[in-house]
Parts: sequence; structure tokens; C-alpha cells
Amino acid sequence: MKIRKLTKTILAALLALPLISGVATAYELSIPSFDYRTGPYAPSGIPYANGFADYLMMLNARDGGINGSKIVVVPCETGYNTKKGVECYENVKNTGESRSLVIHPLSTGITYQLIPKTSVDLIPIHSMGYGRTSAANGKVFPWVFNFPVTYWDGAAIFVKYIAEKEGGLDQLKGKKIALVYHNSAYGKEPIRTLEKISEKYGFEFMALPVDHPGQEQKSTWLQIRKERPDWVLMWGWGVMNQVAIKEAASIRFPMDHFIGVWWSGNESDVLPAGEDAHNFLAGAIHAPGANFPLFDDIAKHVYGKGNGAGEKDRIGEVTYNRGVLAGVYAAEAIRTAMKIHGTNKVTPVMVRDGYENLEISAGRWEEMGLKGFAKPVKITCDNHAGSRQAAIMQWDANAKKWNQVTDYYDTMNDVVDPLIEADSKQYAAENSVVPRICN
Amino acid sequence: MIFFIEVVLSGLMAGVMYSLVALGFVLIFKASGIFNFAQGVMALFAALTLVGLMEKFGMPIWLAIIGTIAVMIALAWAIERFMLRPLVNQEPIILFMATIGLAYVLEGMGDILWGSDVKMLDLGIPQGASDWMLDSFDIYIEKLEIFAAATAAVMVTFLAIFFQKTRIGRALRAVADDHQAALSVGISLNTIWVIVWSVAGIVALVAGIMWGSKSGVQFSLSLIALKALPVLILGGFTSVPGAIIGGMIIGVGEKVAEIYLGPIIGGAIENWFAYMLALAFLLFRPQGLFGERIIERV
Repeated sequence: MKIRKLTKTILAALLALPLISGVATAYELSIPSFDYRTGPYAPSGIPYANGFADYLMMLNARDGGINGSKIVVVPCETGYNTKKGVECYENVKNTGESRSLVIHPLSTGITYQLIPKTSVDLIPIHSMGYGRTSAANGKVFPWVFNFPVTYWDGAAIFVKYIAEKEGGLDQLKGKKIALVYHNSAYGKEPIRTLEKISEKYGFEFMALPVDHPGQEQKSTWLQIRKERPDWVLMWGWGVMNQVAIKEAASIRFPMDHFIGVWWSGNESDVLPAGEDAHNFLAGAIHAPGANFPLFDDIAKHVYGKGNGAGEKDRIGEVTYNRGVLAGVYAAEAIRTAMKIHGTNKVTPVMVRDGYENLEISAGRWEEMGLKGFAKPVKITCDNHAGSRQAAIMQWDANAKKWNQVTDYYDTMNDVVDPLIEADSKQYAAENSVVPRICN
Repeated sequence: MIFFIEVVLSGLMAGVMYSLVALGFVLIFKASGIFNFAQGVMALFAALTLVGLMEKFGMPIWLAIIGTIAVMIALAWAIERFMLRPLVNQEPIILFMATIGLAYVLEGMGDILWGSDVKMLDLGIPQGASDWMLDSFDIYIEKLEIFAAATAAVMVTFLAIFFQKTRIGRALRAVADDHQAALSVGISLNTIWVIVWSVAGIVALVAGIMWGSKSGVQFSLSLIALKALPVLILGGFTSVPGAIIGGMIIGVGEKVAEIYLGPIIGGAIENWFAYMLALAFLLFRPQGLFGERIIERV
């Protein structure tokens, strides 16, 4: 009797198996999220990871995913550590039936390590506003995208802003500009460009490294006190940003002459300095704040159902918005890939095509509930960096909010383009890459 | 010349900040021979608890400080009961490894209890440059660091009196000298360990407050232990004044090196220069400047 019962149970289980496996094998879109929610860089990593996850979860909740295909966010903690980042990549690259559709390393160091790997594994990287600048050249780096702007463009744009304040590019002669940078691949990225620009416009350039994690910067700011530069630029991340802003305030360096790159302009960077951070400037690649209909959807569909990755009142923080931006680009690239290849079952190779043909017009931004949030994007075979524009925003310590104070600036193509060309050419020669021909 | 004085003064002040962390190491090493790898994380944990009590429970500053001290004492008790007691008579390296584990546990606990975000710590400690020094002498010194130096002076005085003049202090020194002998005269090893870890916890709270006021309370605070290590090598692992003097030498050394040597050899040298300085001392005085002489009888 017992044997008969057992046989029936096994048969029923076997019959149900196709149904169960049918549910389990529904084609899902795997998108890894290289997070750093712990360690010294967590204050910068957490809001980004929250924004990225919240946007993609909102698409699942509101639209059933992208064109009906659900998104699975695959988190992996890198701690902003290059070795751990590479381990994360190896662990997540084959996750899910779709495999990892795109990698966002969220670290220039990790990006440099993954560039050769992803071109073998055929997975696109989107190093959004970070990473290797010369990857802008799609002919040499078909698997890497770094739009909407690169660090070299950022350096050029900040000099343009300074020139505007000083009365023109010709007024830069004799001025002194210092760069306080995180002593890593990330922080070193703009040095070459700034050296070239300083040669061209005759200003003095000084580079001051700050070692990981940047908790102690006294020597750096003593040197700034001694050298008295007219402007200070900063390529900082994590605790380095907060300490630098406090140190600058302590030596009475004017905040409206202190410009951080777009990774040095989060709320958590300026709030610890209190009123001293008033008027601090930072680059912007999208708007700050939560005054966009899309954020209402995130609040309703994600936080309203108790599925938010973070705290609801932190929606709209600059780095949170950065995570949302990366999520929007990824979703739109996947949508484009589905359209190009006529299938929802997209692979990383197809998503690469999606990125390469990505076009987000002003109308599309508005349609998504993000009117004026970021600049229109058009990626092509040879240009993987997009429009390469950035604006400047300024911290209002009284209102405790960032205000975008300029329109978007174009880069200095005459300086940056030859540098991109030369560096990508060198990479191609060193790595035996035959540049593609783009029509 | 004024700039050089400014560099030296800044180095001295920064050194005192390192000493605040080093003091906790010295206390525990002195009483139990354990190199407490978790001291930096204890500073972070204490600061996180302080801010957490103020922010999440709306406690006034004085109550939050008392609450945090209570938490650090409870932590000391738990460490003695669950970590040290089962490891009595084990090799120092085993105890050292246990403190590495403790560091991970405390960091994880801090994260789970209070979150990983930057937290502002405002206890009303003066901050920014000393206007008087800046306007009168054009010398830049942080008010917070002057306050930290004064706090360190008070703390060292208190610790010196505690160690030299009180019964518990003498018992601590007895345990440090010889566990077996101390036990034979009726000193409870377990009680002494709870006391010493509690005092180290309170010292960690002071360090956490100073560093947290400087940069906000965040997980990078756990890395300040790395700044204390060369201080300990130089000052000696068993000397309270050594931690202060060692800190000052390291502070001045690294600042002078960064500013005058850094531009010649590429900059960002202060972190490793501190270790180079400590290593140079090790060659001549392995026990550090004020450490007890190492006598090996064979």
C-alpha cells in the first residue's frame, strides 16, 4: 500500500516537473550590480546601488519588466576593490539563461581589468562617466561604452567653466590650477588632459595625490595653502570627498573655486561639512533632485510595496539619480536590442548592439517621466562616449540641495579627441586589436 | 620658516589623533599581551553607537555618551566571556587571530545595527582653523586637533593615575607582568580582562568621537588602526606616554616627508613613510622608544 502511494507521488512529481521547470525557465534578463554597500566607500556606493536596483525593480512592478521580460538584478559586493571586482565578474558573468547582459563595474580600476576579459566573453561594459577614457573609440573598444561623458572631457569642461569665470580662455595664462586626486587609476585619469590644456593655455598645473581612503589629507591642504592655487579640482570618492571639503573650508579656500568631478558631488559629501560647504561646485551629468514623474513611480511601485532598496526619503540624491540613470540606459539598450533582433530573448551580444544603436531623444526622456533629467544620447559604432557634455552644479548649504547653475558645456574636442585617438591606437597596438571599420 | 612651523605643528596635532587610537592597543597589550586588531573597529563601533543613540533614540549628548560607555562595557564583558575565556593559555598568535575575527563581527554588527551611511557627529567640539592663530601668526591649526590634544593629555594623566595609584591599576600591572603570579595572589584574571577591555572601549569611544567629528562617522574609521600601527612600533606596545610621543614623531615625520620629499618622488608617500620611519626605529630599538626591554634568558 505504502509502495503504491509512493509510486503515485513520484509519478505526480514527474508529471508536474515540466510545469515547474516551465516557470523556472521563463526567460529573465540578468543584470549584475557591482555594489559597495560596506567598507570605506559605502557612503558613495549605497545610493548608486539603490537607484540602480529601484529603477529596474520599478520596471518589473509597473511594466512587467522590459517588453514583458522580467529583470533580475544580480548584486555582487566589490567593496570598490579591483580584485574583488574581478572575482564578482567571474561569478556573475554566466548567471541566468540570458547570461549577464551588461556589466557596470562602478570603478575605473575594475573597468581596466575587465576590458580584455569582456571582449573575450562577449559581454558589453558600460562604464558610465568613468573608466578608460579612450574606450570612447568604438572602433578599438567595441565592447566598452563610457557615455555620456569621460574624465578627459570633464577636465576640459571644468577648465572651460574656470575660463568663463576668469573672463575667457586667454585669461588663464599665469593662473594656477591644482588637482587633488584619489591616488588610483580613477584619480589619475584626468592628469594627462589637464597637462595638455595647461600647456595650451599657459596656466600652471599641479597634481596632489591623496592615498586610499583619504581620511587624512592634512599635507595636501597645507601644500594648497602654501601654493595658493586660484582653483582646485577634485577627483575624489568616498570619505576623501568629505574630508577634502572640510579641509578646504578650514584653510578658508573659497568654495566657489573648488570643483569636484561628478563623483565628488553627492549630498553625503557636503553635509558633514555643514555650512562650510556652501557654494561648493561639482560636475553634473544629470539633474539633481526628485522632481520627476518617474520618481513618483518608483515611490509608488517599489517603496509603496515595501520593496525599496534603501530609504524612500533619499530618492533624488545625486548618486541615487546616477544609479537610476545607469538603469535607464541599460533598460533602453536592452529595449533597442530587442527591437533590432526581433526577440525578447536577448543575449549579451545583442545587448551590445543595443548599446551601439542607443538613441534617447528629448522626447523619449519626457515619455519616461524624466523630462530634462539628462541630455539626449546617440551612440554610434565609432563614438561610444555620446555627446560628452557636463554641467556645473552648486551646493546650497542653507536649503541643503544642489542647484544646476550652468547649461551643459561641450568638451574641448581639439584637445581631447587627439588624446583619445592616440591612446586607443596605442592600446590597439599593444593588444593586437585590429580596429573595426565603421560606416 | 613659518610654513615649516605650520607643517610641524600640524604633524604634532595629527600625531595626537593617531595616538588616541594607539592608546587602546597599548592598554590591552599591556594587561593581556594581546595585540587587539579590532581596536580601530571598536572606535568605529563606539562612534556608530553614539550617533545611533542620538539619532534613532533622540538621546541628549550626555545620555548617549553614558549609553555608549555602557555598551562598550557590555561588549568588554561579552569579549571576555565568549572569546578570551575559552582561549586562556593559548598562543598569542591565536588570540591575535581571534581579534581579527572580532573586528569582522563588530564591523558587521555596526552595519546591521546602524547602517553604512555617513553620519554627522556634532557634539559641539570646535572645528575649523583657529582664527586667532591664522589671523595673528598666519599659522593654520585645526581647533578640533587642539581639543584632541587636550583630551589626550587629560586621558594620559587619568590613565597614569589609574595604573600607578589605584588597586585595580596595580592589579592590571600585575596581570601584565605575570598571569600565574597574579592568579596566585588572588587577582581574578577574568575581572581584570573585563576592566581593561572596558577602558580600551572608552578610549576607542574618545578616538571615534575625534575622528568622527573630523570626517563624519563612517566605515573608513576602522582603517585608522593602520595609522596607529607605526605609532606603536615606534612608541612601544606597552607604554602609554610612548603612544603619545610615538604618535607625534610619526605625525611630524610623515607631514614633513610628504611636503618636502613628496613632490620629488611622486607624492602620496605619507602612509608608507610612517612605516619606513617605524622600521628604521625597529632596527635600533626593537622594543620601541619606551617599550619594556626584551630580555631573553637562554
